[in-house]
Amino acid sequence: MNLKELVTGKSGDKQFLLGNEAAVRGVIEAGISIAATYPGTPSSEIGNILSVLAKDANIYFEFSTNEKVAMEVAATAATSGLRSFTFMKHVGMNVASDSFMTTAYTGVNGGMVILTADDPSLFSSQNEQDTRNYARLSNVPVLEPSNCQEVKDMVKYAFDLSEEYKLPVIVRTTTRVSHMRGVVEFGDVKDNSTNNDNHWKRGHFDKDPSKYVPVPAFAGKMHERLCEKITNINKVSNKSDFNKSSSFSDNKKYGVISSGSAFNYAFDVIKYNDLDMDILKVGFSYPFPDAKVIEFIRDLDEVFIVEEVDPIMEKEVLAIIGRENLDITVHGKLDGTLPQCYEFNSDIVAEGFDKVLNFINKEGIEFTSSLNELSENIPSRAPVLCAGCPHRAMYYGINLAVGELGLKPSDVVFASDIGCYTLGINPPYNAADYLLSMGSSVGDGCGFSVSTDQKVASFIGDSTFFHSGISPLINAVHNKHNFVLTVLDNRITAMTGGQPNPGIPVDGMGDDAPEISIRKLAVACGCDYVRVINPFNLEQVVKTYKEAFQRDDTAVIISKAPCTLIKGLTKKPPVKLVESNCNHCDKCVSELACPAISKVDGKIEIDKATCDGCSVCIQVCKYGALEVEK
Amino acid sequence: MSYSIYICGVGGQGIIKTSVIIGEAAMNQGLDVVMSEIHGMSQRGGSVSTELKIGEFNSSIIPDNTADMLLSFEPIETIRGLHKVNKDSKIVYNTNPIIPSSTNAPYPSVDSITKSLKENFNHVLPIDGTKLAIDAGSVLSLNMVLLGAVTADDKFPLSKESVIDAMKNNLKPKFHEMNLKAIENGYQSMKD
Repeated sequence: MNLKELVTGKSGDKQFLLGNEAAVRGVIEAGISIAATYPGTPSSEIGNILSVLAKDANIYFEFSTNEKVAMEVAATAATSGLRSFTFMKHVGMNVASDSFMTTAYTGVNGGMVILTADDPSLFSSQNEQDTRNYARLSNVPVLEPSNCQEVKDMVKYAFDLSEEYKLPVIVRTTTRVSHMRGVVEFGDVKDNSTNNDNHWKRGHFDKDPSKYVPVPAFAGKMHERLCEKITNINKVSNKSDFNKSSSFSDNKKYGVISSGSAFNYAFDVIKYNDLDMDILKVGFSYPFPDAKVIEFIRDLDEVFIVEEVDPIMEKEVLAIIGRENLDITVHGKLDGTLPQCYEFNSDIVAEGFDKVLNFINKEGIEFTSSLNELSENIPSRAPVLCAGCPHRAMYYGINLAVGELGLKPSDVVFASDIGCYTLGINPPYNAADYLLSMGSSVGDGCGFSVSTDQKVASFIGDSTFFHSGISPLINAVHNKHNFVLTVLDNRITAMTGGQPNPGIPVDGMGDDAPEISIRKLAVACGCDYVRVINPFNLEQVVKTYKEAFQRDDTAVIISKAPCTLIKGLTKKPPVKLVESNCNHCDKCVSELACPAISKVDGKIEIDKATCDGCSVCIQVCKYGALEVEK
Repeated sequence: MSYSIYICGVGGQGIIKTSVIIGEAAMNQGLDVVMSEIHGMSQRGGSVSTELKIGEFNSSIIPDNTADMLLSFEPIETIRGLHKVNKDSKIVYNTNPIIPSSTNAPYPSVDSITKSLKENFNHVLPIDGTKLAIDAGSVLSLNMVLLGAVTADDKFPLSKESVIDAMKNNLKPKFHEMNLKAIENGYQSMKD
């Protein structure tokens, strides 16, 4: 499919779409004017697509420096009467939460939708937090799509709901919904034509501090209005077609309540095992549709709650059962029927149902011993830093510097951050000892430097530095902390798929944009020692780190070289082996660990197709056994 | 009718594109189809897998031991995907290894993999996809060779024509000729 069809597609068209593509079609059908995000998997593709389609779709789109800014851009747009959209991964919501909480108080005028993509099983995240908790914290409604069609439909509906009740609405997906593909039938597109010289429509902000400025005198009233809204919206969730039951049962003894991707598993298990159970799908899950749930469970003996990740609906149902004085057994995470952690699948859900219903009659497949042996010894294939990755060169160099200063690995704490460079955790680099969140490496550097006598080296990417590394750097300088901060400036937001960031002269819609200098920022934060190094120059790397480690202030080293995945870079010639010079020290394999270099049958081999020609291995080899292919 | 395919291999081999082509072809034939794929950190040279279920399914994840087809782009990734298959599943895999750099464990011989698989499963179909791709014009057409191989399965519910149409809709016109040849190479290697 050509992505432009997400804009030009007509009502009734069908496309095989990724959940995230369906979300884009949803906001286009809803006629939004403003969208902002900070990239985060599993929501990243939404931004990648919007950055290409924004102008065709009359949308202003930006990659904001962080999720909180994106939330603020969307909130003010919606307050000014436009439809606005912000989206992020689940932990992005933590960053955005301060402004998000108040947005619930101030409310909106145009529709505002927040899509958060949770990551059960942590495919690319530091935790499994469940966004539905934020709905309860803030009193903001939540919709939970189970498939791509529902992603599109619920995103679109969420704007109508938001506009009617003047409150933002959360659409909560999970990795398996965002990265599911399915057939999506398009609907009508709401007109969002521009009313000015820009390609997007402008709204107008009508001043009313009593609504928009939460000083104590006004904020109490705002909270009252919010409670009133959510009480009214509960009536809507109780009537919503997104909360729908399906009957597979004659005797109404067992039932299932489920949402999101977990619903898919539960539904298929019931259907394909002919289980005698009814199932209620909760698509509009906050305010919890209590009346609909009571109607569903009233005559049941036992009910299973199948949800990812936290037992949120389970506790809601238990509360309802208590309030209504019903005699129904609840099975879920709290009684151990289903696991507390990780995503579900049909096998896990079937196993849970089986604890009560005893229907599985499965004979396992016995492998022969030769296949068992193969399976047990199969080489792992963990993600690695790419061949030619500037991060590898820097990690190699800093470890060398640490050794040359006579320091043991335990003498230096490596505070890492979120990005490809977290892969520095792997041997032989072992350069990630502590990590909390986006930008945390800088604050962690502050803490370790006052709490221990160890040397501290913090690593942060360029995009992560702009995201949340600057204010802790000011903290570091002002409070006289002693550590070495490395900004790994690879000229892109690499791990999430190559989005621009403020350090490069392009914005989220592909237009020219001012380039913000990390070096000048570090100087402006008050750092006396700021060095820009080329990570592929090993001598310079080692010399600079040795210098920096011997200082007693906050030293900043900007390790600057482009990510090998950036399109259009000139490829350098690959490295070749001069076999006669090879001393078989294996340093290039065991200490540099570049994926282009391997040892096969006692001999070093260089995979020319993989080699990026970065030349670090040539500098590593003491025997002149590696050289540039001419 | 239902048919499920588990596709696995290594990041960068064109696994997701292949899966999208099958999904789109299924949609164009009026069939229900859902697919699951893994993005993000798993793509830095790590294992990649997709799951396709054609038929009336809500879940896009194939339950263990129920896949009709395991299509593997790389020998040891086949072993990693075996939890999805049963004795009667078709197991099609490319015999060209990609040695992982992130491990010291020795890479088993491809012959030993084939032998062990044949001891355990009834339809083990190794294919020298890399060679057939080079024959079609480029090693990069490996995914289309393997797509052609899947299309040759007599239980595969999609026609070769609809697969080719979906390929044309998803890949650049200047590569259509090569990819057609690749699909044909894969298809014929299974039919022979």
